[in-house]
Parts: sequence; structure tokens; C-alpha cells
Amino acid sequence: MSFLATTPTLAADGFHAPSLDDFFPNGFLFEGTAFEINRIMLVRFVAVVALLLVFVLAAKRAKLVPGRFQASVEFVLDFARRQIVYEILGEKEGKKYVPVITTIFCGILFFNLTGVVPFLNIAGTGVVGLPLVFALWVYGMYLGAGVKKFGVGGFLKNNLFPAGTPWPIYILLTPLEFLQVFVIRPATLVIRLLANMISGHLLIALCFAATQYLLFSATPALKAFGLVTFVGGFAAFLLEVFVACLQAYVFAILAAVYINMSIESEH
Amino acid sequence: MIGAQLSSAASGLALAAEDSGSDQNPLLPETYDIIWSLVIVLVIGFVFIKYVLPKFQAVLDERAEKIQGGLEKAEKSQEEADALLAQYHQQLQEARTEAATIREEARAEGSAIIEDLRRKASADAERIVGSAQRQIEAERQAASVSLRNDVGQLATELASRIVGESLADSARQSRVVDRFLDDLESGAAEVEAEATTTGGEAR
Repeated sequence: MSFLATTPTLAADGFHAPSLDDFFPNGFLFEGTAFEINRIMLVRFVAVVALLLVFVLAAKRAKLVPGRFQASVEFVLDFARRQIVYEILGEKEGKKYVPVITTIFCGILFFNLTGVVPFLNIAGTGVVGLPLVFALWVYGMYLGAGVKKFGVGGFLKNNLFPAGTPWPIYILLTPLEFLQVFVIRPATLVIRLLANMISGHLLIALCFAATQYLLFSATPALKAFGLVTFVGGFAAFLLEVFVACLQAYVFAILAAVYINMSIESEH
Repeated sequence: MIGAQLSSAASGLALAAEDSGSDQNPLLPETYDIIWSLVIVLVIGFVFIKYVLPKFQAVLDERAEKIQGGLEKAEKSQEEADALLAQYHQQLQEARTEAATIREEARAEGSAIIEDLRRKASADAERIVGSAQRQIEAERQAASVSLRNDVGQLATELASRIVGESLADSARQSRVVDRFLDDLESGAAEVEAEATTTGGEAR
């Protein structure tokens, strides 16, 4: 991405490089208030409507013998339940976390996928608020699960003073574990998702912007490179579809892992 | 791959932020961003946890129950069918045994009847033969008695004639004998008729 640095010189020739400003467009409703709505918020609303439409419609028409539509929705729900929750927490412990983690998985999946939907073109999770709220939900859940099981003291002792370690190690380990549990876990959840979505958008937008510039504005000798950037952009698009699904999976599975770490008696 | 993407994205972000002169730090949320994100997550969470997922869970449970019930039902009807089949087999076996017994009895009875008839027939035959023999014996005795009477009478008559006539010459003697034989011949018809009447009486 170091060639981003060269964008100002090209921009003078009519090349519109993608930038972080894409994620902070001007608001067009309630501007300046705490309820400002800009393009990104609108994209999120579209994603919410699409998500609820798909799942509520599927739920409303849910039959004993599923049709094609219901079967594919059930496939997603089944994937979240079995491959994410039961895989990490086991069926017995995991049962009560299935709804929350399924919701987080489906929500993040849809907000990620807006990044590759034509005309939306930007991930709903590409602005920090949404990843942050999802991460805080997970944060509250794994702390709550641990405290509920062991009490505040028991939970802290389990996590900050791991059993089976000689006490001098605690001088080193305890601050690290504290950071780990209370800062690093939620922060990495936010940053991993956010950075993936931002970089994905920048990559795709850069490729297609370069394609347009090279094919229509550049000297004939450079036009051939337009094809290269187009193929690159297409590849980046496919990669982004994959990353959108993968990051939703990673977020959900880490949520399950953190809950599991909280409710395990020894780790 | 994700790590590389992450680090490259981070450096890209830093560069992009510098180059575009954006004063936005992508890690610091705007107030409206937080508020709308909260609203969105609350809406999604509420709809999913209160409606969508319980509905699907109910459908899944019902499906599992139906399948379970169906399997149990199939198993039960299979068992019933097996039991019925066994019962039929047993009944069939019993029927066959009974049929064989009946056949055996019928055969035994038939041969007994035949044996009986044969015995009766041979008894009849013996009886008939016996009575015929007795009749023949009786007729023979009657004939013999009557013959003896006739011969005695004839002999007596002949003797009296011989004695009554003087047996001086052989001419006379031969005349007597001839006459006797003539008489005898003429009387043979009477004797025969007499014999049949005695036979009829004896019967």
C-alpha cells in the first residue's frame, strides 16, 4: 500500500485515490447533532433492513419441510450453532450463548458484505462505532459469564493468577493477564475487524480507480496497465468477499473462545 | 495472511490519513457513529433473540420431534408386522399339521373301511360257498337215499321175478332179463321225474 503515497501527484491528473475520507462523508440529515446521518449510516440501515427482511421473512415462513430459501438461512444459523458455538463451548455450555453469538455472526456478516455490494461499496463495519459496539457486547458477555460462574473474586483469581504457576511469575504474568482480559481482547476484536474492512475497501477502490484513470485518462502506453489493475481489482473483490465472511467467523469464534476462557475453571 | 493484511492496512491507514490531510482518527468513534451503531445492534439483537432464533429453534425442535416420532412409529409398526408374520407362520404351521393329521386319519379310516369290506365280502363268499356245498351235500344224500330205495325195490322186484319164474331154461331166463331191462328202461323216466321232485323238496 506504499504506493498510496504517490496519489497526490496522480490526483493532479484527475486520479481520485480512495482515502479515509470515504469513511467520513458529510452528513445530510441532522448534521452536527448526535444523530447525524451520512452515507455510511445509510449503508448500515440498508444492511439492517436486508438482514431483518431475510431472517424475519424466513422465520415467518419457517416450515417443517424447508424450501430452498429457508434451507439456506438454516444453513447459516446451523453453521453458527455447530461450527462456532458448539465447536468451542460444547453443546451443554454453549446452548445459552447460541442466540447471542448467532446474532453477532449474522450481523457482522451482513455489515461486512455491504463492502462488496455494488452501489453500497463500503462495509458497515468500516467505521469504528459498529465493531466497537459488537466488541463491547462480547466484552460484557464474557466478563458476565465468568463473574456469574465464579463470582468477582473467583473470576479475577482464575484469570489473573493462573493455577499451577510459581508465585514470583505472577509479578510478570498478572499485569499481562490483566491487560489481556480487560483491554487487549476487546481492542483486538475492534481493530481486527475495522482494519480488515478499511483495507479491503481501499484496495478495491484503488484498483478500480486506477483502472478508470489508466483506461480513460492516461497516455496510450499506460492503457495496457489498466487491464492489469482491473484484473487486480476483480481479485481484490473476490478476496474481500472471502474476508467479509472470514472476519464475521473470526469475530464470532473469538467471542465463543473468550466466553470459554472465562467459564473454564483452569486454563 | 490476515496479519499481513492487518499490518499493511495499518500502515496504509497512517499514510492515507497523512496524505489526505484527514483529521479523522479511524479508531476514535464519532458520537453519531456510536449512537446509530447502538441503535442498529439493539434492533438486530432484539429481533433476532426475541423472534427469529426462537422461531427457528421451535421449527428445528418440531422437526427433530417429528423425525424421532416417525422413526419410533416405523419401528413399532415393523415390530407389529414381525409379530403378525410370526403369528401367521405359526397358524400356517398348525394348519399344515392339522391337515396332515386329518389326511393320515382319513387314510387310516379308508384302509380300515376297505379292510372291513374285504373281510365282509370274503365272509359272504365263504358263507355262500358253504351253503352251496351244504345244499349239494343234501341233494347228494337225498339222491343217494332215493337211489338206494329204487335199487332195493328193483333188486327185490327182480329177485321176486327171478324167483317167481322158473329158471329152467336159458330162453326163459333171457326173456326174464330182457323184460326186466325193458321195464327198467321204461321206468327210468319215472325215476328221473321222481328224482327232480325229491331234489325240489330237499331244497
